[in-house]
Amino acid sequence: MDPVTLSRLQFAVATYFHFLFVPLTLGLSVLVAIMETQYVRTRDEEYKKMTKFWGKLFVINFALGVVTGITLEFQFGTNWSRYSKYVGDIFGSLLAIEATTSFFLESTFIGIWLFGWKRLSPKAHAVCIWLVAVASNLSAYWILSANSWMQHPVGYVIRNGRAELNDFWAVVAQPYAIFMYLHVISAAYILAGFFVLGISAYHILRKNNIPFFKRSFRMAAVFAVIFSIAELGIGDLHGKQMMKAQPAKAAAAESVWETTKGAPMYLLVIPDEANERNKLELFGIPKLLSWVALGDKDGVYKGLKEWPREERPPVALTFWTFRLMVGLGMLFILLSCLAWWKRKDPESAPMLLKVLVLAMPLPYLALEFGWTVTELGRQPWIVYGVMKTSDAVSRLAVSQVGLSLAAFILFYTVLGIVCFYLIAKYARKVPEPAPQVGQEPQAATAGN
Amino acid sequence: MLETIWFLLWGVLWAVYFMLDGFDLGLGTLGPFLARSDTDRRVVYNAMGPFWDGNEVWLITAGGVTFAAFPTTYAVMFNALYTPLLMLLFALILRAVALEFRSKVDTEGWRKLWDACLFVGSFVPALLLGVAFANIFHGIPIDAEGEFHGNLLTLLNGYGLLGGVLFVLLFLVHGALWLAIKAQGDLEQRAGHAAGRIWWVLLVIAVAFLGATWFATGLYGNYLENPALFLIPLVTVAALLAVQVFIMKKAWWAAWFASSLTIVGATLFGVVGLYPNLFPSSMDPAYSLTIYNSASSPLTLKIMLGIALTFVPIVIVYQIWGYYLFKDKVSEDDLASEEAY
Repeated sequence: MDPVTLSRLQFAVATYFHFLFVPLTLGLSVLVAIMETQYVRTRDEEYKKMTKFWGKLFVINFALGVVTGITLEFQFGTNWSRYSKYVGDIFGSLLAIEATTSFFLESTFIGIWLFGWKRLSPKAHAVCIWLVAVASNLSAYWILSANSWMQHPVGYVIRNGRAELNDFWAVVAQPYAIFMYLHVISAAYILAGFFVLGISAYHILRKNNIPFFKRSFRMAAVFAVIFSIAELGIGDLHGKQMMKAQPAKAAAAESVWETTKGAPMYLLVIPDEANERNKLELFGIPKLLSWVALGDKDGVYKGLKEWPREERPPVALTFWTFRLMVGLGMLFILLSCLAWWKRKDPESAPMLLKVLVLAMPLPYLALEFGWTVTELGRQPWIVYGVMKTSDAVSRLAVSQVGLSLAAFILFYTVLGIVCFYLIAKYARKVPEPAPQVGQEPQAATAGN
Repeated sequence: MLETIWFLLWGVLWAVYFMLDGFDLGLGTLGPFLARSDTDRRVVYNAMGPFWDGNEVWLITAGGVTFAAFPTTYAVMFNALYTPLLMLLFALILRAVALEFRSKVDTEGWRKLWDACLFVGSFVPALLLGVAFANIFHGIPIDAEGEFHGNLLTLLNGYGLLGGVLFVLLFLVHGALWLAIKAQGDLEQRAGHAAGRIWWVLLVIAVAFLGATWFATGLYGNYLENPALFLIPLVTVAALLAVQVFIMKKAWWAAWFASSLTIVGATLFGVVGLYPNLFPSSMDPAYSLTIYNSASSPLTLKIMLGIALTFVPIVIVYQIWGYYLFKDKVSEDDLASEEAY
């Protein structure tokens, strides 16, 4: 293997791994912040316990998200130095802004929040977790606007042998970035919702502290249902955006080879990349694809053959990951609607609870699939239409990258196992049930 | 002018990073030797508990700013330092998870494992950062294209290693003083005592490093041209001497501030000597990356300056507040809380 492939693999490993922790951070920070706000408002100790229980899982997960992010930032320099040189003027700025405006905020206040239970008033303490939540969600915007610029470069000129910024606002506020952000954030919230639903379902099935987990379940069900349904619309808008900005990616995601007017959507497709066709196309719904992707049922959908072979993304992988992501998204709508429907008495639906426990890994998969579509579908470009991935890599020895890749895989596998072991361990702990008499008077004092 | 401002800002970010994370790294390295019981060890962990994460962001920002303001330097430097940089990152990951995971499983073996990881994850970054900066001061074999002609061993030259040892010692004293601030009783005394002892070794190495710098680098050029700049190393040396004076008086906070000034001064001494180079080539000065041939466009520099000058002061304010909030010694009550490390 050559340094390009190895560097791509290494970046993929680092990103996939990072992306196992970040979505939960984004979503769970908000959920925990809501729980603590409820505590401050009602002074109901149950909410405080919820904050602490879910907060503990949040913190274990948070640490891994932070540290694996640093390796990503630095890899642009180590493995993609020609890319960094060429686009640093724009791309580097977004990363630096992310650090100054968001990382400082979240990393400082997570420490204060974690250790500050006794040193701060409940209100000030709740403000800290909100700052963590806002900062995490803000940092996602900066990094996704940087990625959006790679997908759809705007606001730059080629000058002095590199891409230079000429319109900052165009870069940070382009619709592509806004839709991608909403898409990823909703997905992260779905993941967090299913995380809390799954763990709550596990305990409800075992009859562990049912009031505590029912309340968690209810909160998460509302969260999950809102964002699963919202994601349908947002995903559609992001897809239309992608269609406009990166038609080759869209064609690969749908495995459409021939340019078609009023393209149908097939429910079952098996791409045959070598022969530039599909092996199987079944259950076609006429004109649906053109209508969904272009907003016009008679619109012309560009097929992959419009591009020379070497300018097409890998079709099969882009197609399958896209299909699976969309399929999972639909499943999340179904499951979260059921959970929401049963939110008041989830113990009456043991089957649903069992499914929710088993469904916990699915949003993780959906997010990783989505990321694969985004990055693989952009190939062979690192910056769409501006710079090829093969021109972006550092000059490195194969042995050097091979060794570091092996180290990444080994190190990250061990860390991942330890981290998920700990999350599972703490997720299974049962918080002590609240004393029956304690609740009423405490709630009463909160009124003043 | 913009480039010069960014260069100074770049230097200040590194200096603040070394000052803040320096005590974490030093403490993580020294902790196992000072702590005698599990309670001692937990005091070591909790002494940096609320701070280490926020401290580490200064490194991310220093990296990010290098990328944003001097992308060519970022690209060439990180590419040339490939192996040590990845080792640094892995070590920092190890440190983070050691801090976060140690208290999460209640067995002896588990704790020992993370204690070892904390040591490695603290010592390795301290050493590598020193080796890297000494090599930058000295110059690195890069050609006109910015390609690195060397390997890991190239960086492990005498001067580089001396820089590594210097950093480790600076951080050890800094970390021991932080522990003296945060610990009580016997552990506090041991930490203060250790700081005082290590200080003597630090003094010898610091003098050796300043001398070696004369022969191994061109750093003194700027100082000879503009003697007023000698104020920086003078203040640094004075601060270093003050550290010992305060240690003898057991004034830990004062000693820690003097140690902070020493670290900031030492970093700025190197940075000012480097100006206007960012990454000098040892093959030919013409290949060196300077603030002029590696900077971003004026527009980017201007926008980023606006952002940095707005947000960094805010960061400083809330981080100071965070330190103020947790200025007290680690108490039994702190250790008993369920969030404690």
